[in-house]
Amino acid sequence: MDWRIGPVEYPGPNVSPGRNEPLRWLITFSSHFDRGGDLAKKPIGPIRRTFAPWEDPEKRPFIEFRNVTKRFGSFTAVDNLSQTIYEREFFALLGGSGCGKTTLMRMLAGFEQPTEGEIFLDGQNLAGVPPYRRPVNMMFQSYALFPHMSVEANIAFGLKQDGFPKADIADRVKEMLRLVKLEPFGKRKPHQLSGGQRQRVALARSLAKRPKVLLLDEPLAALDKKLREETQFELMDLQMDLGMTFLIVTHDQEEAMTVADRIAVMDAGRIIQVATPSEIYESPNSRYVADFIGDINLIESKVVAKNGETTRLRATELDIEFDVAQTTDADIGDAVAFGIRPEKITVTMDKPDADFSVHAEIWDIGYLGDVSTLHCRTEDGHNLRAGIANVTRLVERPLTWDDKIWMTWRKDAGVILRH
Amino acid sequence: MRTVLSVLGRRLASRWWVIGVPYAWLLFFFLVPFLIVIKISLSGVAIAIPPYVPTIDLAQGWASIRDAISQFSFDNYVWLTEGWASIRDAISQFSFDNYVWLTEDDLYWKSYLSSVIIAGVSTIITLAIGYPLAYGMARAKPEWRPTLVMLVILPFWTSFLIRVYAWIGILKNEGLLNQLLLWLGVINEPLIILNTNWAVYIGIVYSYLPFMVLPLYATLEKLDLSLLEAAEDLGCPPWKAFWKITLPLSLPGVLAGCFLVFIPAVGEFVIPDILGGSDTLMIGKTLWVEFFRNRDWPVSSAVAVILLLILVIPIVLFQNQQQKMQERDK
Repeated sequence: MDWRIGPVEYPGPNVSPGRNEPLRWLITFSSHFDRGGDLAKKPIGPIRRTFAPWEDPEKRPFIEFRNVTKRFGSFTAVDNLSQTIYEREFFALLGGSGCGKTTLMRMLAGFEQPTEGEIFLDGQNLAGVPPYRRPVNMMFQSYALFPHMSVEANIAFGLKQDGFPKADIADRVKEMLRLVKLEPFGKRKPHQLSGGQRQRVALARSLAKRPKVLLLDEPLAALDKKLREETQFELMDLQMDLGMTFLIVTHDQEEAMTVADRIAVMDAGRIIQVATPSEIYESPNSRYVADFIGDINLIESKVVAKNGETTRLRATELDIEFDVAQTTDADIGDAVAFGIRPEKITVTMDKPDADFSVHAEIWDIGYLGDVSTLHCRTEDGHNLRAGIANVTRLVERPLTWDDKIWMTWRKDAGVILRH
Repeated sequence: MRTVLSVLGRRLASRWWVIGVPYAWLLFFFLVPFLIVIKISLSGVAIAIPPYVPTIDLAQGWASIRDAISQFSFDNYVWLTEGWASIRDAISQFSFDNYVWLTEDDLYWKSYLSSVIIAGVSTIITLAIGYPLAYGMARAKPEWRPTLVMLVILPFWTSFLIRVYAWIGILKNEGLLNQLLLWLGVINEPLIILNTNWAVYIGIVYSYLPFMVLPLYATLEKLDLSLLEAAEDLGCPPWKAFWKITLPLSLPGVLAGCFLVFIPAVGEFVIPDILGGSDTLMIGKTLWVEFFRNRDWPVSSAVAVILLLILVIPIVLFQNQQQKMQERDK
């Protein structure tokens, strides 16, 4: 048999292998989740979390934003927002620029005052408490290291303000330098450090006072990708070890999904959805969240039937009708969007034995190494994206441009989005 | 290869042009006149036009220079081991008569000292006024800042001399200031400010304020406000953060402003001449009197050379500091 490297075949004088058998990589890939059974009772996503204080009604929130509104002139940065955050939680505020996430964090730090509403920390109303009296510390996006002070003096700065004894300060500074692995650099000035080292100094400085809450404002934005990924895991470990509450502001969804226990997706001063990373990804509550997080196909549809746990949709622009293992409060005849992630679409070269399938042509292929994204065009000119995981090096029947393929999905593969 | 070399050569040549022009300018318009001043300062006074007898006669060519150099014997260094008298002896031997004269008449060292004190005090006052001004400008709304900078520069549109004269109208006994204070009832009889050192201080502070404000504004405007937020976040109240963060980080601007005020203020002539009194002693005035009234070019040249030597220290410090700042900004 003619095996080739990778799932994508580049156009050339290749002999096409037999077309009457399904792609082998698809069999291995899809057999993991093709077992049917009771769909609705399976947990969402592959990660099981034991830490979920937000599900415990007895648990007292540690930070609470209560109907907080912030206006700058006529611009409303934060719009009547309420949210609770629990002790030891790693909470992420995720959103595009101008969505109000930074303003929300700065109100907690005390740099901005809410126009309306209140913020509570550990039961205390923070109204009127100046930033220098709040038990929170912030790591700034620009790091804001004092350029005229050594690394040690930077870390010791907050401790000195609190009147710690000299010996204790020295001990704590040493401890922080060890924690961020910068022991040899204590005497250096910030401008003598690399970007990654400066980031660590900023982190050490904001942790030195053992704040009740650590605020991280786009903490890794200035680092390159490799270093950013490493640092994300370090941040998680650090948060676990120190048992502190972390609030991170970021526009990088991968960062938020990696580090956070819960993510709040924000848009135009409001929180659209708060959930664990896997819930956010697998069951977004709106088109906005679905579209903002990761890649998704939004298929405009109409509800045609509701049978207990499943809902039957008819795609308005594609000639298919299909069941979705989800209940919805939309009425029959209502227009909804069906959201399906590219990697949950099954692609075959032959018409699959399924209730429905979409015939399409491969228009473009994005080969990323670990996965490939197929941009497909249906016969009536609509675009659908399918992702395939490149789980083997050698592939029997590589796909190529202009190949005619069939797409289908399981009934629990996608979500119905009303808004 | 040849083209590469010729391009390289042309580029080197053009670079020499770029550096060469300002250096040539400095050579002709600064160094040459300064050497002439040094030459005059080593000459004897005479009733003539010009009123001095050159000890180095360039017309005699190489011989005269050799003569002059031969007088610069190593005996000079004897004063390192002997007392003041022998210094004076030694100096007098080498026809530095004009410089000796400066040490004999206490008018000169008193003028130098008084100039340095007046310039120093004025610099401190200018800093005290200029810092809050620059700070306010740097913290003003961004759309206001160009206007505020413009207002600081605006006085330069009028001649310096005219602005100093205008102060006479303000400071004199029946001037605007006294009229205002009398009208307000703060004083009962006019204050005598004009023709005192007070007027000189006011004049210097007024004239040199922009030179203090502009470098201060430049550093304060560059200051990253997130540093102050970071300080506050770490438990430092705003007034303390000023001393710990803002002031240390604005020191380059403070130093630049102080040098830019102090250096020209030491040699200031117009302000003490117009606003100061007969007892106001400043070296610029002394120099003018030597030069124009006594027509003693050699002595006044010596005064100028010593003035320069006094100012070399702050000028070198200023250069050093500017260089350090440039290196840090890189």
